[in-house]
Amino acid sequence: MRLPELDAILADINRIILGKERPIRLSLACLLARGHLLIEDLPGVGKTTLAHVLARVLGLDFQRIQFTSDMLPADIIGVSIFDRDSGAFHFHPGPIFTQVVLADEINRATPKAQSALLEAMEERQVTAEGLTRALPEPFFVIATQNPTHQIGTFPLPESQLDRFLLKIELGYPDPAAERELLAGADRHRLVTELMPRITPQRLIELQETVRAVHASPALIQYVQSLAAYTRAAPRWQEGLSPRAGLALLAAARAWALLDGRDHVLPEDVQAVLQGVVAHRLRPADDTAHRDAEAVAAALIEAVPLP
Amino acid sequence: MARSNRPVSLRQAWWLLASALAASAPLTPQVPLWLSLAAGVAYTWRAAITWRQWHLPPRWLLVLLVIAGTAGVVMQYRTTMGRTPGIALLLVFLALKLLELRTARDAVVTALLCYFLVLGQFLFTQTIPTALLAGLTTLITTATLLAASDDRPQPLLQLRRAGLMLAQALPFMLLLFLLFPRVQGPLWGIPQDRFSAISGLPDTIAPGSIALLSQSDAIAFRVKFKAEVPPQSQLYWRGPVMPAFDGRSWRIRQALGAYREVPYAGRGVAVDYEVTLEPHGKFWQFALELPATLPEGVALTSDYQPVSRQPVRNRMRYTQRAWPEANAGLNESQGILRDALALPKDGNPRTRAAAASWRAQHGSDGTAILAAAENFFNQQLLIYTLNPPLLGADSVDEFLFDTRRGFCEHFASAFVFALRAAGVPARIVAGYQGGEVNPVDGYLVVRQYDAHAWTEAWIAGRGWVRIDPTAISAPSRINLNLAAAVPAGEGLPFLARGDLAWLRELRHRLDAVTNGWNQWVLGYNPQRQRDLLAGLGMKEPDWRSMTAVLSVLCGGVMLGLTIWILRNRLRVDPAFAAWRRFTARLARCGIVWQPWEGPLAFARRAAAQAPRHAQRIGEIAALYARMRYGRSPQSGDLVRLKQMIAAFRP
Repeated sequence: MRLPELDAILADINRIILGKERPIRLSLACLLARGHLLIEDLPGVGKTTLAHVLARVLGLDFQRIQFTSDMLPADIIGVSIFDRDSGAFHFHPGPIFTQVVLADEINRATPKAQSALLEAMEERQVTAEGLTRALPEPFFVIATQNPTHQIGTFPLPESQLDRFLLKIELGYPDPAAERELLAGADRHRLVTELMPRITPQRLIELQETVRAVHASPALIQYVQSLAAYTRAAPRWQEGLSPRAGLALLAAARAWALLDGRDHVLPEDVQAVLQGVVAHRLRPADDTAHRDAEAVAAALIEAVPLP
Repeated sequence: MARSNRPVSLRQAWWLLASALAASAPLTPQVPLWLSLAAGVAYTWRAAITWRQWHLPPRWLLVLLVIAGTAGVVMQYRTTMGRTPGIALLLVFLALKLLELRTARDAVVTALLCYFLVLGQFLFTQTIPTALLAGLTTLITTATLLAASDDRPQPLLQLRRAGLMLAQALPFMLLLFLLFPRVQGPLWGIPQDRFSAISGLPDTIAPGSIALLSQSDAIAFRVKFKAEVPPQSQLYWRGPVMPAFDGRSWRIRQALGAYREVPYAGRGVAVDYEVTLEPHGKFWQFALELPATLPEGVALTSDYQPVSRQPVRNRMRYTQRAWPEANAGLNESQGILRDALALPKDGNPRTRAAAASWRAQHGSDGTAILAAAENFFNQQLLIYTLNPPLLGADSVDEFLFDTRRGFCEHFASAFVFALRAAGVPARIVAGYQGGEVNPVDGYLVVRQYDAHAWTEAWIAGRGWVRIDPTAISAPSRINLNLAAAVPAGEGLPFLARGDLAWLRELRHRLDAVTNGWNQWVLGYNPQRQRDLLAGLGMKEPDWRSMTAVLSVLCGGVMLGLTIWILRNRLRVDPAFAAWRRFTARLARCGIVWQPWEGPLAFARRAAAQAPRHAQRIGEIAALYARMRYGRSPQSGDLVRLKQMIAAFRP
């Protein structure tokens, strides 16, 4: 059940962001699994462009919020302002009322502002001045954060990191891709020329299809064994939570659909494993280098297929 | 960095402190106060180091402390050998080791020291609470060892894992306990101050010496009767026989065993029973009158008193038979009869006068004199009491004619004196009378307050005849128990009292549990082991066959545990089994499937390595992946997969 529209979407994005097939595929999988995406990387590697392209090609509204240390929750959610003509307060929705939100440098903001965004991500609604307002569907947050060792950052606590389905790193492009990027046309113009491939309604249908991707008992057991191993192994402080197990399965389902399958294989789980677990596992030895790739590879090789 | 050089984390330090506390706290009563206080200071110091992250004390200070601690122990005990000095020394080392926790190696050494101290507790007591406490300490120490290699923040998780490991070790422990070849006696039979505070019958009886025992509800021995428990009035447990009188106190004859078999003929219905004797530090044992058989290593003295070769210093168990109606000493030797008539030259003139009158009336008719004496005791209206008045030099006269209040030793002493004065050989027998059946496990429990003294008189043609002068004045002491006999309001131990039924019920249950522990855990001796093995079909086990059985059973348990752990993995999906055959074939050409590798990923890798077979490898892997992970496998899939794999020849 190959879905040509998904291939077309991937092709479109890859045309603009060069040499990053795997992170792009992961971010699309994240969206299809109704998850939110966290990108940790240096400025200027194309995080904003990725968010923008995704929104364009899927036909979604797009807003960007630049997080700063003096930001308040109202800057995200919105604020009521007194209108002299009508003599009443009118709610002015904040930038979060959109389908794709790019929360740039989320760890520059104080925890108070961070939590306003993260609550919205979990509940898919916001409450301002006693009134609960639903956010549009689909709703997708792409947050970027600077590497935590940089000065002036407020690291996200574990419980909030857990709300991001996947964390990816973009990294510098390889030399060939970079040369092509330098030689090619203006990225911004390319983005504006891009036409939507699907409607938001179709995206919601695709998300439903992902949920229906089959996971056999053997595969469920594999996911469980992975989680159980992280709990028993001394390498990490705490193991994966059941919610992390669900996230792993959801992301693997989306990955399988992108691969044109109606069932999940262990390969799918392994493909998304790094993105799902790297920000959820803390090494027991705090001084150890948190090399996400090595962590995922070690975990994969430690747990045999059931 | 090597594993053993890793620094000890703060969390591990807390664990070790907890283990050390648990291991050393139960030993506090055994060591001098200064040592406990010093250990407490060291532990507090350790806690402060961990809590405030202070520096460890410098090495020279530790060396000084070790020297000071060792010197303290040596000065206290004048030696470092033996049980208590050894334990004290270990406590010193443990407390100081906590102050030099640097690397993982130190942590392991400390944990092992804690294990050793757990064992040390058993050198002092072996009761159920001790065992429970030792189990708890072992659990904590095992969790500490786990934490030493796997430093994770959840203490409950470590405890649970330690508990699981101990639970898995339990079957091995039981097997080794039951089947490991046993040696006689407890392993920790260290002589020394072990037996100082044991209560029991004294070897001399003076007025007041048995009344002292009536205040103790400690257990003297327990008896399991093979058949019915005989009536209370027949339960005379014969102990030391005391023929020698010096005017005030009665003493046993320092005699060795004279008979290896009972020197008298059996009569009447035999009673079989098993005694579990608590240690009392003396040579004698207790047997229902009159003993018909003698346990191994036990002989009868010429007074028909059962004695063992060594003092009873460990709890022992023996089976015995009694003939309640037998007569002993029909042809008693002149020497023994002479001893049974000996009296001091003077003293107690009034009793002597009364005895002389019986003698004048009945001549040498022992039976008649006995009857006269019993009659006399009856007429004197003597009162049985726990608090008799103090007696002066002529104790028998004062008791019989003035105070008329006494405990069993007053009665027995006076009665024997009177009979001897009248020319009838007589002597005192000490022991226990009665006992109480524990309704929970059916054991007859004889306690110290059942201690009693009665008399034996020798009558020509009848041999030694038992007369209990206490029974003349206080028959309820013999037919019921102590509580029924003494006047109301006299202080009795809890368990001897008639009221407080719920307390007695509770005590009965506790006692039954303790008895079970004594019988089956502490009393599990070579004999019990032989009985158990005979029950399992091994008639004459030697250590070789026992070792063989032990190894086989341990192997069996190990196998059982392994199967239990692997039982999920042993249930193999047939598709997976076929896949394993397929990968085994590829492994022969150097393409090894990793157990974590997904089927399609493996197929891609294998195809790259063996392009000739790429298509078939891909087909097999795709089919297998669909069967194992796909939506609903079709019926012919398994057969097709097997055929494809069978046809696959790399």
